Amino acid sequence: MKDDPSTMSCAEFQAQLPDLIGSGKNMADHPHIQSCELCRTLLADLETIAEAARQLFTNVEPPDEIWEHIETAIKNEETSFRHS
Amino acid sequence: MRMSQTPFQTPQPDSPPPGRDGEAFAPPPVAGSAPPTFAASSDPVEAGILARAQAGDHFAFAELYSRHKRRIYSLCLRMVGNVAEAEDLTQEAFLQLHRKIGTFRGDSAFSTWLHRLAINVVLMQLRKKGLSLISLDEAMEPVPDEGPGRSFGALDPTLTGAIDRMALESAVGALPPGYRLIFILHDVEGFEHNEIAAMLDCSIGNSKSQLHKARLKLRDVLRLHPNREAR
Repeated sequence: MKDDPSTMSCAEFQAQLPDLIGSGKNMADHPHIQSCELCRTLLADLETIAEAARQLFTNVEPPDEIWEHIETAIKNEETSFRHS
Repeated sequence: MRMSQTPFQTPQPDSPPPGRDGEAFAPPPVAGSAPPTFAASSDPVEAGILARAQAGDHFAFAELYSRHKRRIYSLCLRMVGNVAEAEDLTQEAFLQLHRKIGTFRGDSAFSTWLHRLAINVVLMQLRKKGLSLISLDEAMEPVPDEGPGRSFGALDPTLTGAIDRMALESAVGALPPGYRLIFILHDVEGFEHNEIAAMLDCSIGNSKSQLHKARLKLRDVLRLHPNREAR
């Protein structure tokens, strides 16, 4: 693999993408991104997906019955523990 | 005041200590529960709650449930895609927490530890259902026909920008469990790769790689328009 980011192929760049993205660096400054529309689009899509997940997937409130069941189960376990 | 009457109340400063009003909740049968254990948390309020829960304070345990129930339930729901199953898994995860809370020593953040526990409950359920890619080890195995280089060199459709929630939920639900798990933990729950690596007993590089593959698969499903040739 070539180390020079300005001459790397799409395959070489994309092989490094997981680490590059995970590093938190500003990818817009990467020489390959500045010169390759395909990889620029790919990166934009991946960022769109990640951003969409952050914005669209809110946490859901569980029903109250779950806690009631947990309390009951805990009581039962403690009762059987005391009697064992 | 009995716990069964006010399960979700935030403990007040004058809340009675555990067991003061009688029979309902004796300290849990946790090995070595008598001395206080290490309740490490970056949140000092939660650290105090955790320490009390480890000492057998049921009000504190209820508060821990209240603080973490939404994230754990949502994780379960997104992993199994079924409300009834997600409820059962959430219940089991918190029961496991109650049994094991005395063993938490603060080597990782409490939230990370709790998520790891919940993930194991979820994966065990998936294993019971006979799905492939179930164990943590299996979940972290690379899929042979997938890879970061898959996107180049083809007429490659791209996303238009806006993604519909239903479409994204459907696409995430169709991911293999291992990919889905890491995508949810990182992109939805906001855990860092080092935290995910600790949860799943994998390397940070593996977590990054699996997340990247998950996003590529989602892009494949969600893409709409053709793009250009690679160089």
